[in-house]
Amino acid sequence: MSEIRLENLHKAFDDFVAVRDANLTIAEGQFFVLLGPSGCGKTTTLRMIAGLEIPTSGRILLAGEDVTNRRAAARDIAFVFQLFALYPHMNVRRNLAFPLISQGVPRAEIRTRVAEVARLLRIEHLLALPVRGLTGGDRQRVALGRAIIRRPKAFLMDEPLGALDAEFRELMCEELRLLHDRVGATTVYVTHDQVEAMAMADVIAVMNQGEVLQAGPPSEVYNRPATLFVADFIGSPAMNLLPAMGPLAPGADHARVSGAEIAIPRLRDGLAHEEAVLGARPEHITLSDNGLLRGHVFGVEYTGVRQIVVVDTPAGRVRVRSPNTVRVSAGETVGLEFSKDALMLFDRRSERALRSEQVQGAGNG
Amino acid sequence: MSGPSTRSVLEPSPWSQRLAALLVIVYALITMIPLVWIVLTGLKTPPDAIAYPPKVFFEPSLEGYVNLFTARSRQAPEYMASLPPPTSWYDELVRKRNMVITGPSRFAERYLNSVIIGFGSTFLAVFLGTIAAYGFSRFKVPLKDDLLFFILSTRMMPPIAVAVPIFLMYRVLGLSDTHLGMILLYTMVNVSLAVWLLKGFIDEIPMEYEEAALVDGYSRMQAFWKVVLPQAKTGIAATAIFCLIFAWNEYAFALLLTSGEAQTAPPFIPIIIGEGGLDWPAVGAGTTLFLLPIVFFTVLLRKHLLRGITFGAVRK
Repeated sequence: MSEIRLENLHKAFDDFVAVRDANLTIAEGQFFVLLGPSGCGKTTTLRMIAGLEIPTSGRILLAGEDVTNRRAAARDIAFVFQLFALYPHMNVRRNLAFPLISQGVPRAEIRTRVAEVARLLRIEHLLALPVRGLTGGDRQRVALGRAIIRRPKAFLMDEPLGALDAEFRELMCEELRLLHDRVGATTVYVTHDQVEAMAMADVIAVMNQGEVLQAGPPSEVYNRPATLFVADFIGSPAMNLLPAMGPLAPGADHARVSGAEIAIPRLRDGLAHEEAVLGARPEHITLSDNGLLRGHVFGVEYTGVRQIVVVDTPAGRVRVRSPNTVRVSAGETVGLEFSKDALMLFDRRSERALRSEQVQGAGNG
Repeated sequence: MSGPSTRSVLEPSPWSQRLAALLVIVYALITMIPLVWIVLTGLKTPPDAIAYPPKVFFEPSLEGYVNLFTARSRQAPEYMASLPPPTSWYDELVRKRNMVITGPSRFAERYLNSVIIGFGSTFLAVFLGTIAAYGFSRFKVPLKDDLLFFILSTRMMPPIAVAVPIFLMYRVLGLSDTHLGMILLYTMVNVSLAVWLLKGFIDEIPMEYEEAALVDGYSRMQAFWKVVLPQAKTGIAATAIFCLIFAWNEYAFALLLTSGEAQTAPPFIPIIIGEGGLDWPAVGAGTTLFLLPIVFFTVLLRKHLLRGITFGAVRK
């Protein structure tokens, strides 16, 4: 179990840059999630850590040791593949034992460790079966078992829940996290599903187009997105991003959104040009007659206890999360009130968040 | 017919199914006739074999098989009478024709040559083909497509078109009429087929299995042996059968390049001479025995063969 550090990691396939200058530190025992849309470089990053791809430049440190050019077999890392990659010509027991056989572990010990892992994952009854007939969840458990049996320095998982039914995914999410807490291994987990990421991660790193945009605990990534992309990618529905007028001086505490002066946390950064963006999570907006920004209700989506009210304003469509005790109907004119401390301001051109008294640094790992 | 049809639109109607079955049966019968005739001829006596009109019903005899495996000589009746009584059924069979067995024929030797050369070249072609196919399937090989096309292009003309150069080359290299020479020749012809067939099979094995083995602590070579090969084995079996059929049945080069030492069965069987020309029952018997291994392996692996022929027809 150990720390993983990526230093200026870069990977290009011919002209295509898959990973651009990534710097990340994954602390020992951490559950670290690489989150991003498909093609953002998260899987390539994971494969470089595993030794399945060799970086174009940069370094990978595993427990302080430079393993950049070391082959996969010598890194002592376990990898769980998206489709599990259970060896189809072996039964469950042999699949579990396979990593130990390569290390020359004595037979008796292999037997006890297989039994141990099978008990931990509750797959004892499957040991003698061929892997072909197993259900998705059982395959998942066998794949995890094959990873933990070796007690490797770290676990790498490439969308391991992607192949499961939605219903089952939730259950496995919980199990995975429990397993991680019990084994305590450093885990790097790749997914495009922000719900999965939020549910499991200690730290989330959001990637897009080969770049790591932000790394931080789920709450930080959710509440204080470092870039417009992160703001838009995380949260369902996403953060409302409304065009605001610049320029803004350092110390400004209001932003103008289509004529309405909205109170914001006091800015520490200024913005020289006109294109600012105000970011507000749907739960940080309330429907209120005192609201300065007004609009018409376009529609209401019920989500149980809460509802999402979609409001068309001069600044664009805004989604508001409100208790479903609030009765509104389509076409009604409503005012929107923003919770000042939760608001974010972004620079449209650089796409980065502006620092304010609420937002310390642009948390780029 | 009344009421709504319970048959799926994709399913052919019962009549067209029956028609298809009939056509297949007729085709099978037509193609089986020569084979059946060969087997029957092997069980006839020489006079029955050349009888006209041809005899379909006859008293079976093992004379063809005895003649196939023995060398005999005709003796005067007085000499025949002076011999002690025959010690075995085949002695008796031969003596009825006023002949005695003088020793074994060369058939067993030729058959053994076929086995050595056929299986040897098949093994070599499949071995090289597997390695090459794996390389082409998994690695960035410079000029990969051109190389693959070049490999395929060696099959674009009948191999016999290069018979003369090969004949001369083999004479200079001392490969004429040697087992090694024939093995290399058939390997050369088969390896392109093997590379292409096996590449298709290996392409279908997801790369993740090897990657899993790599992170599980195995080297690339170990991953190949322990993870790729076991999954490719049906493909390898199908490829092996195709290679074996070619090498086993090859006639022209065998006739041209072998005469004594390394002669295989195909050029030997048709020229088994009996009294007054070809010994047709012996030829029939030899051909029957020659067909057996191929029939055996083909029946054994027929499912994989079908996959070998149709592989890649439906891409996932």
